[in-house]
This record gives sequence, structure tokens and C-alpha cells, in this order.
Amino acid sequence: MYKAKVLIKRRPSILDPQGKAVEKGAQHLGLKNISQTRIDKYIEFLVDSDEEKAAQEEVRLYCSKLLANPIMEDFEFELEKV
Amino acid sequence: MKVKFGVVVFPGSNCDHDAYYSLKKVLGYDVNFLWHKDTDLQNSDVIILPGGFSYGDYLRTGAIARFSPVMNSVISFAVQGGYVIGICNGFQILLEAGLLPGVMLKNKALQFVCKDVYLTVENKDTVFTKGMSLEKKLIIPVAHGDGNYFANEETLKNLIENKQIVFKYSSKNGERKESDNPNGSVMNIAGIINKEGNVLGMMPHPERSCNPVLGKMDGALIFNSLVNNIFN
Repeated sequence: MYKAKVLIKRRPSILDPQGKAVEKGAQHLGLKNISQTRIDKYIEFLVDSDEEKAAQEEVRLYCSKLLANPIMEDFEFELEKV
Repeated sequence: MKVKFGVVVFPGSNCDHDAYYSLKKVLGYDVNFLWHKDTDLQNSDVIILPGGFSYGDYLRTGAIARFSPVMNSVISFAVQGGYVIGICNGFQILLEAGLLPGVMLKNKALQFVCKDVYLTVENKDTVFTKGMSLEKKLIIPVAHGDGNYFANEETLKNLIENKQIVFKYSSKNGERKESDNPNGSVMNIAGIINKEGNVLGMMPHPERSCNPVLGKMDGALIFNSLVNNIFN
């Protein structure tokens, strides 16, 4: 069994209005040095497999077909044996 | 021939009944609901992917609905030339399914926008717009939080070259300025078709602009145009 930890990030060229709005909150909080806030996705799940390579393949498929939209997002992941 | 519309119902669809009511009770077409777990399109001539919040808009709008069993049938239907109209969340599902190019981002101002907008008809040679005057500005309401259409430069170039941009947000007079854009959509794009011309995706809700009682009828022009041009 593996635990997958997936990070999905929007490409830098894609606007992140949510990050921008949150950054306004930082300014109201009085934080002067914060910039380029980006809000992305972190996803965890289990993969019921003893083969690391097979698990990687399944995670890659899950990421590229559903969890991330390849038109605007990139993903990276790591597997931890549990 | 009496045209038969099929309105897909996903968990979280909330404009399915509006579409059903407008098409059946106001415009007089045959309409069936198609449950998302079914794969039989019940011999529909036109498939409507309605607005709403399918699967709670989780992950990305339309991302999970795209894998509903019914979508395999809808994709095959579209690939074979069947007519599909995706409205709002339906447009987002068409993008996720790859039937139309591009992606939908959160509205630039982060607010949910619900109001009437003016639309210019950018291509009146589609089956959905044939017979419309380029002078006329359609009045159709939008209601969405993720309507900020985005595509990379190459995709936009193709959309322009192939005349796939069908509707743009405009002023009453047809100017397409940033101030007329409710969501930050690139080039004020409100609706596009696929290259083959049988799949339309649009953020505004034509089904909410079909009833003289509500004082708006411009949405009906789109449904009637399709029926008159293809099935009559």
C-alpha cells in the first residue's frame, strides 16, 4: 500500500483571482512584504498496490485524466509506503 | 418531424427543469430528461447539458460530470455529428470533456455574476445562429462564478480562423469593451462552437430567455434556429 501526495499547480501564466483576493487580506493585516500569493491544490490518497511502478502509473493516470487539467495545471507527486 | 431534445440531469444540475420547461411548454418541442447514470440517449436529436453545479463544482467545474456514464454516449453522439448545447455548467463540462477547446477560470472579480447581458452574434453562419442579424444584440442572462473563459494563443488563433467564436459580451450598442465583460473572459468570449459546428458551449442561459411572460425571448432564437436549419 502506498500513500500518494499530489501537488497541483496552475501554470504561472494563469491568473489566480483567489490568490489576489487573499493577498488583499494580507495587506489589510498590515503585512507589507507579501506578494504573488498563489492558491493551488494538495491531494492525498491511498493506492492499494505493492508494486511501486504500477502505483506510480495509476497515480499519473488519475492526475492527468481527472485531478489536474493539463491545459492550465501541472502536477507532481510522491509515494510513501504505508 | 418533431425534434426531440434530451436534457441531461447530473447530481447538482439546477437549470435542467428550466430547459425542459422552455423547450417543451413554451417552444413546443419534445423533451426527455436523461439521467447521468444512463447511457441511452433515447433517440434525442439534440442534447442539452444544462446549468447548475454538477458534483458540487468540486475539483474543477465540470471535471467530475465529464466522467458520468451518460457522457460517454454524449461524446460518441457529438463525434458522430450529433447536436449538443452546453449551457453554463454544461459549457464547462464540454471543455473538460475536450469537445470544445479551452478552460474556464473563476470570474476575474471573484464574484458570482447574475444579470442580463448583451451579446453580439460573431458568426451568423452556424446552425445555432443562422438567420440572426449581426446588428441585433441578444439579451440573455448569465449566472455563474466560473465563467472566465481562457485559452492559449494558439487555440485562440484557431478559434478566430475557424470562426468558432459565436457570441461575445458587449454593450447595448455592440461595443466589446472590458467594461462589458462580466467575468474577465478572454476577448469577451461568451460562446464558442467546435470546428465541425455541431457542438455549442455558452455561459449565458438561453433557456431563461424564452418566455414572453418574462419579457425576454432572445434565447429562443438559438433553439429555433437550430430546429429550423437542421430539422425542418
